[in-house]
Amino acid sequence: MDKGLQSEGNMIDVQQMIENNKKKKTVGERIEKIIPFFLLLCAAVSVLTTLGILFTLLRESIGFFSDVSIVNFYTGTNWSPWSGEYGVAPLIGGTLLVTLIATLVAVPLGLMAAIFLSEYANDKVRRIIKPILEVLAGIPTVVYGYFALTFITPMFQSIIPDLGIFNALSAGVVVGIMIIPMVASLSEDAMNSVPNALREGAYGLGATKLEVVFKVVLPAALSGIVASIVLAISRAIGETMIVTIAAGATPNLTFNPTESIQTMTAFIVQAATGDTTFGSTIYYSLYAVGMTLFVFTLVMNLIAQYISRKFREEY
Amino acid sequence: MSKVMEEKTNVRNEQTKKPEVKSEVKKEKTNSIIEVNDLNLWYGSDQALYEVSMDIPQERVTAIIGPSGCGKSTFLKTLNRMVEMVPIVKTSGSIKYREQDIFSSKFKEEYLRTKVGMVFQKPNPFPKSIYDNVAYGPRIHGVKKKEILDQIVEKSLKGAAIWDELKDRLHENAYGLSGGQQQRVCIARALAVEPDVILMDEPTSALDPISTAKVEELVQELKEKYSIVIVTHNMQQAARISDKTAFFLNGELIE
Amino acid sequence: MLGQNEQNMKKRMEGRVAANKISMVLFGLATAVGLIVLVLLFYRVLTQGVGYLSLDYILNFPAPYPEEAGIYAGLIGSIFLMIIVAVFAIIIGVATAIYLEEYAPQNRFTDFIRVNIQNLAGVPSIVFGLLGLTFFVYMFSFGYTLLAGGLTMALLILPVIVVAAQEAVRSVPSEIKEASYGMGASKWQTIARVVLPAAIPGILTGAIIALSRAIGETAPLIIVGAATAIYTLPDSLLAKYTVMPIQIYNWTGRPQEEWQYVAGAGIIILLAVLLLMNSIAVLIRNKYQRRF
Ligand SMILES: Nc1ncnc2c1ncn2[C@@H]1O[C@H](COP(=O)(O)OP(=O)(O)O)[C@@H](O)[C@H]1O
Ligand SMILES: [Mg+2]
Repeated sequence: MDKGLQSEGNMIDVQQMIENNKKKKTVGERIEKIIPFFLLLCAAVSVLTTLGILFTLLRESIGFFSDVSIVNFYTGTNWSPWSGEYGVAPLIGGTLLVTLIATLVAVPLGLMAAIFLSEYANDKVRRIIKPILEVLAGIPTVVYGYFALTFITPMFQSIIPDLGIFNALSAGVVVGIMIIPMVASLSEDAMNSVPNALREGAYGLGATKLEVVFKVVLPAALSGIVASIVLAISRAIGETMIVTIAAGATPNLTFNPTESIQTMTAFIVQAATGDTTFGSTIYYSLYAVGMTLFVFTLVMNLIAQYISRKFREEY
Repeated sequence: MSKVMEEKTNVRNEQTKKPEVKSEVKKEKTNSIIEVNDLNLWYGSDQALYEVSMDIPQERVTAIIGPSGCGKSTFLKTLNRMVEMVPIVKTSGSIKYREQDIFSSKFKEEYLRTKVGMVFQKPNPFPKSIYDNVAYGPRIHGVKKKEILDQIVEKSLKGAAIWDELKDRLHENAYGLSGGQQQRVCIARALAVEPDVILMDEPTSALDPISTAKVEELVQELKEKYSIVIVTHNMQQAARISDKTAFFLNGELIE
Repeated sequence: MLGQNEQNMKKRMEGRVAANKISMVLFGLATAVGLIVLVLLFYRVLTQGVGYLSLDYILNFPAPYPEEAGIYAGLIGSIFLMIIVAVFAIIIGVATAIYLEEYAPQNRFTDFIRVNIQNLAGVPSIVFGLLGLTFFVYMFSFGYTLLAGGLTMALLILPVIVVAAQEAVRSVPSEIKEASYGMGASKWQTIARVVLPAAIPGILTGAIIALSRAIGETAPLIIVGAATAIYTLPDSLLAKYTVMPIQIYNWTGRPQEEWQYVAGAGIIILLAVLLLMNSIAVLIRNKYQRRF
């Protein structure tokens, strides 16, 4: 009757079964059409998240700016929301101070680590050290905050006696340590992608390793390095727990790192933990500050993307 | 609604048609199962096949040889429309499988591929057990019963002359097999849906000489039941195993 | 004349070689700073916390006295929260990755989704807290509950999971996809039966790493109102909850020194959980590394 039966004496004919199942296949075809639609919906969640962030920041900020003039908000230098003063400069100043200290720690250390790993270390050393550095990036920030408050600050106090319990210095240093891996690994990637031919050319002229690093590798990897630094700065600006725990809650427009300050993120935490009533001016101020923070980090990220896109075109 | 109806009638037509064709075939074995006429194919603006016309005889081994880059793989993949997975591909001309135009909208490519199976250059088993590899085809086409799948797996592995080697290892991962064994599992996997035609694209080029000999021997056995089109870059191999040989050069069939 | 020139050259050469040697030591030391800090941090946490660590500590609810306080509510709360986060983030993240890798047409909207995911990964976590506060806490009226926290965290780690899943899906060799299509499988059958199973180790590794980021996150959960002290375990999606980092934060902020030890003990537990999660991820990665 059919091929399978005749040649093998076997009772099954797969092709016949496939034929029979073809009717069911129309269900399969419907699934085939629905699935991409479902997947697109899921992919839309990330877009909706962005829209949601923009929507909520804008709407509540607009609510805030109907109570407090936007000019006063951005030009005022006194931030004491519980007595109706909403000049955001001290919070921005606190954020920038901590970020500056963190950058001063992370950039030299991160870059030197990147140079060591990419130019000096052999494969074995690299394979041990890189994952350990990555651990630094995986430590929860609340743990760093604890470390800053209970270890770094007392340590600094033994050197700087009038350092307060809460101060920008410890927080900034620990934020800097946290972002070292970011600078190091992204910069190392940039240095690794410098073609070896460039290095060999310089060695051929009798250059030492150090000279090759500074005259060949760093210039060639510059845009990648800059991008990594900008990204790390963005991370420092948005960092919350370390500064909340270790830098204090004193909105204070100062460039003295030994003083207690308050960052934008720390204010958001403070206002959210306090009994802030929904719909009050302080509640809305959370979003105005959040919006300012968001714009800062977004600009940084866009700059980093722009630089690294240019960087990719180079090779 | 009417579309579904149409498809159903279509299925019935094919079912009623098939036995007729087959009984004809029994009488005259040298019938061709696939007829290619004036086939042109472009990758974007680069033409890869020029006016190819040829018949694939039933239950015979057809070898395709030619220098690398002359369009052998492209031609083979056109026969089961795998080539359309490259989005820029355009074709003209006709290919008929059992007198039906495979490019017509009524002819589903999934269905075509159950009739015209394929074995690839590099053994490409799934990272699954040997059993699951062979049962893959029947399963995706709706065969669920374990007893039936067991029979299909056994029959297919026997068909690929590897049952005795593997019958105690059916649930091991196919990645643990040697290259030659993997390739024969891939052949068994293609046999499991009982196609009419098996396309093989340099199936031995990644294998050692012993495995190559085994696969060649297998091809000889398979032609009892299947029509085989095999690409090879090896003239001796073509001569050893084929009943008909086609030479390709720069996208043209030069016989 | 010539001799002196050579002398100068030689001297300069020696200087350059010395600078090279010194700089190598310097770079090595700079690299070591990070490692030293890590060692100090672990040492500090262990010496501070280990005295308060006990079975009671793991099984006790928060208490007004340091000796009686425990992390039970936080530990269980973190686990419950992670289950919610995993369910939402993995389903949506993997679906997004499959869409982008297998279905998305090459057009502006697809590019937009890609860039958007990249940017979302750079948004500070506390901003996600504000998003959750507006939408999940107030607009959807979930209140300060496990569900609101879980959804907020799921959105936070979504970009990480999408990127990891994209990589895993992309690394499935095209040969086995072709094998599936060659058997007459449809696109979705190929994805569901070949691509996804082959990508699962990579997806799991990425998901665990993303979850281990979520389990240490504090700021967004403060904003969406995780409780600092609760005395019952959450019994529904709409129950109040706390998590380990919130408890640690709360203890760290108290002035009496004993509470720092309590916080230290909490950190040991948190780090142990993180270590466990990362070990699992590494195990999965090593087991399936050389498959293709
Ligand atoms: N996916 C593709 N996209 C564009 N051109 C292709 C593709 N695959 C093959 N080609 C081109 O088609 C021609 C034939 O290739 P192929 O069929 O693989 O040759 P063969 O198998 O005989 O070595 C070659 O010139 C090749 O460059
Ligand atoms: Mg080829």
